Amino acid sequence: MENHAAPEQEMYQKRIPIFPRSVSGKFRNLKYVILFLAYAVYFLLPWLRWARETGPQQAMLFDLDGRRFYIFDLVVYAQDIFWLAGVLIIAAWLLFFVTGLAGRVFCGYFCFQTLWTDLYMLIERLVQGERPARIRLYKAEMSGAKAMKLGTTHFLWLFVSFLTGLSFTLYWADAPQLVMDFFSGKAPFPAYATTLFLTLSTYVMAGLAREQVCTYMCPYSRFQSAMFDRDTLIVAYDEARGEGKLGRAKLSKALKDIGVRHEQGFGDCIDCGYCVQVCPVGIDIRDGMQYQCITCGLCVDACNEIMDSVEYPRGLISYTSDKALSGEKTRWFKAKNIGYAVSIVATTAALIWSVATRDVLELAVRQVRQPLSVTLADGRVQNSYEIKISNKGLVSSHYRIELDNFHNAELDIGQRDVFTLAPEKTLRVMVRVKVDPFQATQSKTLFHFMVVPQNQKDVKPVQHDAWFYIPQNQLGK
Amino acid sequence: MSEQKNTEGSVQTTGHAWDGDIQEFNNPLPRWWIWAFYASVLFAIGYWIIYPSWPVGFTDKGYLTGVGNTITFKNDKGEDVTTHWNTRALLLEDMQTGPEAMKQKEYLAKVTKASYSQIVADDDMLGFTNAYAKGLFGDNCAACHQAGGAGVMGKYPNLADDGWLYGGSYTQIEQTIKNGRKGSMPGFEDRLSEKQKDDLSEYVLSLSGHEVDRNKAARGAKVFSGEGTCIACHGANAKGNTALGAANLTDRIWSIADVPSAADMEGKKAAIKQVINKGISRHMPAWAGRLSDDEIKLLTVYVHSTLGGGQ
Repeated sequence: MENHAAPEQEMYQKRIPIFPRSVSGKFRNLKYVILFLAYAVYFLLPWLRWARETGPQQAMLFDLDGRRFYIFDLVVYAQDIFWLAGVLIIAAWLLFFVTGLAGRVFCGYFCFQTLWTDLYMLIERLVQGERPARIRLYKAEMSGAKAMKLGTTHFLWLFVSFLTGLSFTLYWADAPQLVMDFFSGKAPFPAYATTLFLTLSTYVMAGLAREQVCTYMCPYSRFQSAMFDRDTLIVAYDEARGEGKLGRAKLSKALKDIGVRHEQGFGDCIDCGYCVQVCPVGIDIRDGMQYQCITCGLCVDACNEIMDSVEYPRGLISYTSDKALSGEKTRWFKAKNIGYAVSIVATTAALIWSVATRDVLELAVRQVRQPLSVTLADGRVQNSYEIKISNKGLVSSHYRIELDNFHNAELDIGQRDVFTLAPEKTLRVMVRVKVDPFQATQSKTLFHFMVVPQNQKDVKPVQHDAWFYIPQNQLGK
Repeated sequence: MSEQKNTEGSVQTTGHAWDGDIQEFNNPLPRWWIWAFYASVLFAIGYWIIYPSWPVGFTDKGYLTGVGNTITFKNDKGEDVTTHWNTRALLLEDMQTGPEAMKQKEYLAKVTKASYSQIVADDDMLGFTNAYAKGLFGDNCAACHQAGGAGVMGKYPNLADDGWLYGGSYTQIEQTIKNGRKGSMPGFEDRLSEKQKDDLSEYVLSLSGHEVDRNKAARGAKVFSGEGTCIACHGANAKGNTALGAANLTDRIWSIADVPSAADMEGKKAAIKQVINKGISRHMPAWAGRLSDDEIKLLTVYVHSTLGGGQ
């Protein structure tokens, strides 16, 4: 082994700070609209009240203690949790579908890491100023003014983090009550722990770690390449147009006219560096596609702005595909995309159907097997059943339990004949069926229990199979 | 753009080279990674101190028991025991003073204050009682009466049918559980002749609707009220006596003589003669000292309503 004079090397790499410049344009506007809508939903949804006969008066509430998810007029019970699996499957396929078509649009526009980092950069800019001012401040010696600016920035970041953490906990309990309890020290421990954890994680992830979350921590940014192909939309620099034969050239008086540039063999890129300055992950898109790129499109906005100002055509950096860049036609309709689309539509339809046709009234019958049958004083044989009725609707209901398809049998449900059940309640009733074995010919009889709602015309009666057993030696006696 | 030129594109090498051209790349970890590592080391040290972690040490237990992290619970004698942190004690504490345990105690107090008719009329209270008493029944009663109360023919009465030897009202069942029962019928092996026993068993079978030899049964009826002195306990109409636990002989329920499973009339008569000869001596122990009044109350509801069907 030879040992060349090693350059001075660090074992660990310090973060290289990034100071993105602000930009305006259609992708920036789109990002603001999405940011606004996403925040409006996230921060305000827990405060939306919703009228229910029983249960919380909150439109969206995940009640872990009561094992119920309240989503507007839908109440999701523990046994319906497979719907969550359906939602997650749809979400995953939607992600694959969109990534195959348009690349990392989720990363660039919808990911909460991107949204919160965007907001934190906005706060940073409002307090500390534009990119040059921030670089100056970064390099400046610590002073009262610098401490004030940094302090204000971090205070505002922490404030947003706290609101984020608190808002998250509001989804799991009655929002107004929890906020009052929270500030009077009476909220349950998990509320404080969750708020604290999310406050810290939001502050660290969006304020301090930022693009490092995407490059070092996020698994999705690493496996996305599996969904890419040459037809996938990416944010790309048109190298042929930008570099020409001789490469980029700064804008000078002689090279202002696009015709002159082309004649002399220079490309359209005037190497102003604006696309690099606006990049929130600190890369140069002109180096080609890189795993750090979240395809937020801000460099597209930046370049278009410059192209407009020098009156060159737009689109030197644009959303395009590898194929389009090399002059081929981008193909959208292919087996992969169509397959994903069909799967998503089918799964969504199945989920909607499953939710729409959910049982408002649920019936379960458990036969008492110890003992399976009992001889009564009058000689009849009795079987007992535990019937479980769940009212999964939103209003109180009255139910009658009946026998179906079982002649000569007496149903004994105790003193009452109508049961009243509040919404979300489950009732267990022991019922007994009595049969005179003298008239019976078989030891095993299939019949049905019917539960008939008394006050709701739109809820259908439900039925459940059950067996009646008579000991062989008592048949016909 | 970053202040320094981002070096991601061009990979650094350590400067080491083997065989002239095999180079070692240097892809340094981010700095915060090492800080996260140090932070987890610090966390582990705190964990060592707070939780029992080392199988050595100067305590009498022979291991370090953790600092400032004890659990207090009540042992079987009702004394407070304070111990170092461990999951067994944590469970015991949770079962005694955890939020769910407190909720159960609160509801138990509400149910035990209510009357029998109030409990049975309220779905929630009845549900609680059934769930609670099912465990009590399984622990204390099922050894003889079986899990579903079906009992054992010839030994332990069936609680799931609608016949009650000592009465099926709430107060009667409560009395049975509290004080226990001693059921006894004398044996008539020497006091009655074989013929009398044969006639008597014929008569007993006729009471529950079996087709028998009428002459024999008529003679048996005389034995029943005469020499047999059966009417003293079973009554003139043979309907039994709940004060004594004397069985009703006119219904279809058989608790001692296994009449239903006998193949023919001779077998059924033999089963009854066996009881007449040997008599019965059954004993159910008193539970008043072993179960609390509250527990007996819940069991009473369970036996009456859920097992016995309120009949």
